[in-house]
Amino acid sequence: MLFIIARRLLQAFVVLLLVALVAFTIFRFIGDPVESLLGQEATVADRQALIDRMGLNDPIPVQYLRFVGNAIRGDFGISYRTAEPVSALIAERLPATLELAFVSALFAIALGTLLGIYTAIFRHGFTAHAIMSSSLIGVSLPTFLIGVLLIWLFAVELGWLPSFGRGETVQIGFWSTGFLTASGLKSLILPAITLGLYQMTLIMRLVRAEMLEILRQDFIRFARARGLPERMVYFGHALKNTMVPVITVAGLQLGAIIAFAIITETVFQWPGVGLMFINAVFFVDIPVMSAYLLLVGTVFVVINLIVDLLYLVIDPRLRDGQLKRQTV
Amino acid sequence: MKSLTTRLAVGIAAALLVSSMAFAQTLRWARSGDSLTLDPHAQNEGPTHTLAHQIYEPLLHRDMAGQITPALATSWKALDDNPNVWRFQLRKGVTFHDGATMTADDVVYSFERAMKPTSAMKELLTSVKEIRKVDDYTVDFETNGPNPLLINNLTNLFVMDSDWAEKNGASNPQDVAAGETTFASQNTNGTGAFMLVSRTPDQKTVLKANPNYWGKGEFPLQVSEIIYTPIQSAATRVAALLSGEVDFIQDVPVQDLKRVSGQSGLKVVTAAQNRVIFFGMNVGDSDIESDNVSGKNPFADIRVRKAMNMAINRDAIKKVVMREQASPTNVIMPPFVNGWNQQLDAVPANDVATAKKMMQEAGYSDGFSVTLNCPNDRYINDEAICQAAVGMLGQIGIKVNLDAKPKAQHFPLIKNKTTDFYMLGWGVPTFDSHYIFNFLVHTTTENRGSWNGTRYSNPALDTKIVALESETDLDKRNGIIADIWRQVQADQIYLPIHNQVLNWGMKDNVQFDVQPEDQPHFKYLTFN
Repeated sequence: MLFIIARRLLQAFVVLLLVALVAFTIFRFIGDPVESLLGQEATVADRQALIDRMGLNDPIPVQYLRFVGNAIRGDFGISYRTAEPVSALIAERLPATLELAFVSALFAIALGTLLGIYTAIFRHGFTAHAIMSSSLIGVSLPTFLIGVLLIWLFAVELGWLPSFGRGETVQIGFWSTGFLTASGLKSLILPAITLGLYQMTLIMRLVRAEMLEILRQDFIRFARARGLPERMVYFGHALKNTMVPVITVAGLQLGAIIAFAIITETVFQWPGVGLMFINAVFFVDIPVMSAYLLLVGTVFVVINLIVDLLYLVIDPRLRDGQLKRQTV
Repeated sequence: MKSLTTRLAVGIAAALLVSSMAFAQTLRWARSGDSLTLDPHAQNEGPTHTLAHQIYEPLLHRDMAGQITPALATSWKALDDNPNVWRFQLRKGVTFHDGATMTADDVVYSFERAMKPTSAMKELLTSVKEIRKVDDYTVDFETNGPNPLLINNLTNLFVMDSDWAEKNGASNPQDVAAGETTFASQNTNGTGAFMLVSRTPDQKTVLKANPNYWGKGEFPLQVSEIIYTPIQSAATRVAALLSGEVDFIQDVPVQDLKRVSGQSGLKVVTAAQNRVIFFGMNVGDSDIESDNVSGKNPFADIRVRKAMNMAINRDAIKKVVMREQASPTNVIMPPFVNGWNQQLDAVPANDVATAKKMMQEAGYSDGFSVTLNCPNDRYINDEAICQAAVGMLGQIGIKVNLDAKPKAQHFPLIKNKTTDFYMLGWGVPTFDSHYIFNFLVHTTTENRGSWNGTRYSNPALDTKIVALESETDLDKRNGIIADIWRQVQADQIYLPIHNQVLNWGMKDNVQFDVQPEDQPHFKYLTFN
C-alpha cells in the first residue's frame, strides 16, 4: 500500500514537471510581455533595457530551471500585470473559485442523482422523456451561451438575480466567503447553474444508465420476490450499487469544474482564479499563467490520487495488483 | 412613554437618513478593464489614468470636451526672456486628502519622481532639464531648448504630497517590471474631488466625495460616491446596465447600441474618439517574405499603394461593419489634432476601375497575394474591418490572407518589424501632429519611430520632425506640420480607414458628455 502511494506521488511529481515545461514553452509563443509593460511612448532603447532587466534574453532552459527552482520553494514569481506575488494572487482568488465549484458540484450531484433515479424508475413516463430530451441542452449548449441566456432571463428580464460579481463577501482569516450574506448567496446561483449544468446532465445520464442496468440484475428480482417495499428496493439496494461508478466520475468532474471555471467566471465577472487566468492571457502575464496551469495540474493529480486510493479501499482485489487477472 | 419617544427619535433619524441619502447620489460605474496600480507614475495606461484622475490632479487637464483646463496650476506661460522656461502659477488653498497643503515643493517632488528610471511617465518629460521652485506657489520648468508643446504632455502627470510619499517609503515610482508593490501603489493621498475608500483590484473600487475639494462651486460635484467594477465580458456589462445594477458603462459594443438606447430609462451618448484606425505597409524593403512576388516588393510601388487606397470602400465599412459608428478619413490623424483639416480628411472616391488600371501600370495586372496581420481584441470590430478590406482588395486582384491574433501577439509583429501589412490604431494624447510623426513616420531609431512598421525612411522629413520640437513660432511650426503631412499623404505610406466613435451607456438621469480620450472625469457629472 505504502509502496503504491509512493509510486503514485513520484508519478505525480513527474507529471507536474512536464506540465510546467509545456506551460513554459507554450507561453513563450503567445506574445511579448514587454509590450504590455511599456506604455505607448516607450522607445526602442527602453524596450531593450526592460528585456535585459527581466532576464527574458536568457535561453529558455535557463528560464525554465529558474522557474522550477523557485516554484519548488513555493515562489511562483511576480505578476507582470499587477506586480503582486503570484502565490498571494492565487490565495486571494482561490476561495471564490472553490466556493463556486463546491456549489456547482453539489447542484450537479444532488439534482443529477435525483433526476437520474426518477428517469430510470419512470422511464416510460412523459416527464422522464421530457427531462431526458431537455437534458440534451445541458450537454450540447456551450457554457458561455447558457450563462448569457441565464443572465438575460433572470437578471435583465426578471431582475431577480445579479448578473455579475460575487456580491458582499465576509472575510474569515485568509478566506473570503460569499456564503454568509444574502447578496453573496444570490450571486452564486446563476454561475453555479452555468458551471454545473453539463456535469448535472452527465451524472443524471450515468445514474439512469446504471440504475437500468442494476434493476435488471437477479438480486433486485430476489429482493422484490422477498416482498420488500419498492422504496427499499430502489434506494436501499439499487442506488447503493449504482453509486460506485458515479462517485468516481463525480470526483473527476469536480476537478474539471475547478479547472475549467474560466468561461463561467469570465461571463459572470466572478473574481476567481479562472478570471485571473484570462486576464493573464490578455496581458501575457507568464508567471500567472504558468502557476495557474501548475495549480490545475495539481488539482487533477491530487484528485486522481485520491480516486486511486479510494479504489484500493473499496476493492481489495486491487491491493495486490491483481486487477488484470481478475477483471478481463 | 419613554419607549415611544425613543421610537419617534429613531423614526425621525431614519427619515433624515433616507432623505440625506436621496441627495447623496452614488454612481455605479463599469468598464472592461481595471486600473493596474494606484501609483500615479507607475503605468502609462488609459484605465489607470482614469481612476487616478478622480483621486489625483495634474497641473492642467483635458476637460470633457478635450480642452486644456487649469487644475492645480491657475496659469502658465513661457518666459519672454527665456523661451526654455515655462512658469506655472499654482492654485492656493489646495489640500491633500490627509489635510496637508499643496505647495511648490510637492509639485517639484512629483515631477522629479515622474522622471525617475522606474517611472512609466518619464518619456513625456524627456525634454525637461530641471524643475525649480520659485516661491511657494510658482514653479519653473526648464527644458533642453524651447518646447512649445510642453503643457500638452502634462495632462496625465499627477501631483503627490512629498511628505506623505517620503514618510511611506514611496519616493520612487513602483517598479512594475521588478514586481514591486509599494505603499503608494495601494494607498492614495491626492488633491482630487474623490477619495479612496476601499479597493480590491479587478473586483471593486469605492471612492467618496472629498469634502474639502478646492473646486466646490466651480464644478457640479454631484456624485457623492463612486463604485467602480470592471466587467470584462461585453454582454455581461451591457446586461448589468440593462438590469439596473450599474448606472454608467464605457465601451458599449456597437451591436448592443440599439438594445441599450431602446430600453426606457437608459440612453447612449456618442462622440468622436481621439483614435484613428489604419493599415500600414512595408514600403521600405526591396523584397518582402509574405507575398508571392519574387525579387520585388509590390508595396514599394506608389501606384500599388494608391490603387489600394482607392479600392477600400470606407463608407461600406462604416455602414456594414461599424453600424454607422465611425467617421471615414483619408489621414492618420483624428480631428482633434493640431494640423488636421477637412482637405486632409476628405475620403477619396472608391474607384475600382481606376485602381485596376493603376495595378496594371505597376505591372500587377494579375495581382499578387500577401498576408494581412490584424488584432482581434484591440479596436472596435478590428477583425471584421480586416475581413472587409480583404474582400475590397480582392476586387483589384490582391489576394489577402488574413491573420488575426490577440493584441498581445499582434503588436510585437509591428515593433519587431515582422509584418509587411498590418492594422494599427493611434490615439494622440498631446493633440498635436508631432506625436504622430514622431512614432509613425520618423525612421526607426533608438528614441524615435518605435511604432513605424512601414520601414519608411525619409531623412528630410526626419529633420523637419525633430525641428518641430523646438520651433516656438507657432505659425512657422504649423507650416512645417502642413509640409510634413503633404509628403506623408503624397507617399501614401498608410491606408487610413476611419476615426473611432465612443459610446457611453448610462441611465436617463445621468448627464455626462463623452470625453474624446475615453476619460470620464466624474466631477463634471450631473444628475437630473
